[in-house]
Amino acid sequence: MRQDHIISAKQLSRADIETVLDRASDIASDPGAYADRHPNALLGLLFFEPSTRTKMSFSAAIKRLGGDIVDMGPVEYSSVKKGESLADTVRVVEGYADALVLRHPSEGSAKMATEHVDVPLINGGDGAGQHPTQTLLDLYTIRENAGLDDLTIGIMGDLKYGRTVHSLAYALTNFDTRQHFVSPDSLKLPRNVRYDLHEAGSSIKEHTELDDILPSLDVLYVTRIQRERFPDESEYREVAGQYQIDAGTLEAAKDDLTVMHPLPRVDEIAYDVDETSHANYFQQAHNAVPVRMALLDMLLGGDQ
Amino acid sequence: MTDDRQLRVSKIENGTVIDHIAGGQALNVLAILGIDGTAGEVVSIGMNVPSDRLGRKDVVKVENRELSQSELDVLSLIAPAATVNIIRDYDVVDKHLVERPDHVTGILQCPNHNCITTEEEPVDSRFEVLDDGVRCEYCDTIIRENLAAHILV
Ligand SMILES: [Zn+2]
Repeated sequence: MRQDHIISAKQLSRADIETVLDRASDIASDPGAYADRHPNALLGLLFFEPSTRTKMSFSAAIKRLGGDIVDMGPVEYSSVKKGESLADTVRVVEGYADALVLRHPSEGSAKMATEHVDVPLINGGDGAGQHPTQTLLDLYTIRENAGLDDLTIGIMGDLKYGRTVHSLAYALTNFDTRQHFVSPDSLKLPRNVRYDLHEAGSSIKEHTELDDILPSLDVLYVTRIQRERFPDESEYREVAGQYQIDAGTLEAAKDDLTVMHPLPRVDEIAYDVDETSHANYFQQAHNAVPVRMALLDMLLGGDQ
Repeated sequence: MTDDRQLRVSKIENGTVIDHIAGGQALNVLAILGIDGTAGEVVSIGMNVPSDRLGRKDVVKVENRELSQSELDVLSLIAPAATVNIIRDYDVVDKHLVERPDHVTGILQCPNHNCITTEEEPVDSRFEVLDDGVRCEYCDTIIRENLAAHILV
């Protein structure tokens, strides 16, 4: 793979994905071998909205490769507050770093930013748009637990605004997967995602009840239903309650069902699930480091 | 024969005749071209004229105005069957079918208020043209209905 920028899961072919995941397993099995891969590399962190985990895992990844970070810091203290455009900010910061990670509240911000920089840029989440590195670590986790072919996956929760869901669903079309989407009617997949899945030749099924499909699943990917999406609290309560799982719910599942969640969770996965063999969300979070190391290694020229 | 007769009825000296617009779309075509008469242009509109090809069609004639390629691009999105005749000295000097482009840039406004192209950034809106609509190349939003409402002014 020689990608200049990682903007969307849509740009990743099956071969690209497998290359990153293979490199990540290699790193995970012997992290020490990569400790001095990029001793002088600096990764620029441009976080226009807070995302502690994404930021920390990128910092950890570059440091474990021997590099370091330059961090714009909170927006409140930056020139952005004075009205500087994103285009100008990235043009300035590219001079300080060998690669950039951008997290921004507007959809399409990462794509626009790439039009102004020459160093590799990674989309660390653009509004409700894309979050391709989350998708790669999700795929890594799925592959570890269930493989990526002949896979039946259920994706449940807020499918409308959940960018991790959109990226993941699209990436999974590269593999032999059956995708089931479970959500309240008001939070169904947006039209553009359905369009992409259809274009990719994927047949998808949409449900409002998990019970219908739970027994057939190899993987259940749960996301948070956000309170702020609902006009009033009672409406939220009514909907959210239907999409919570606990250890009892999972008795109807296959023994080897893998439960995932991009975290943070609120109450959609009860703590008693943590004690079951299904729980994989913390491992999933930890996988962020080797996967982001693999990606950075490749973007910074680890292939040469 | 029908077309010929209509052209003859109101021949213009210089300008553009847009023919074979789907019936009822003439006013949207004018909106796309930013023509509302306030600049003093002489505009003739025929709406729901009988047509062999379309059943009913609209025709728009604009005097002293020739369309640019980008105007034709947008026109193609709402009037894919249109033919455009450029008239000079009462003669048709150029006649073309509109062609659907693969992309349109800087012409439509993305309806997603959270899209980077709607912010104060040095970026033009850019849409991929689909079979039945357009799609923002920045945020992926799809517009299928009423494209004319999204034209940037
Ligand atoms: Zn957009």
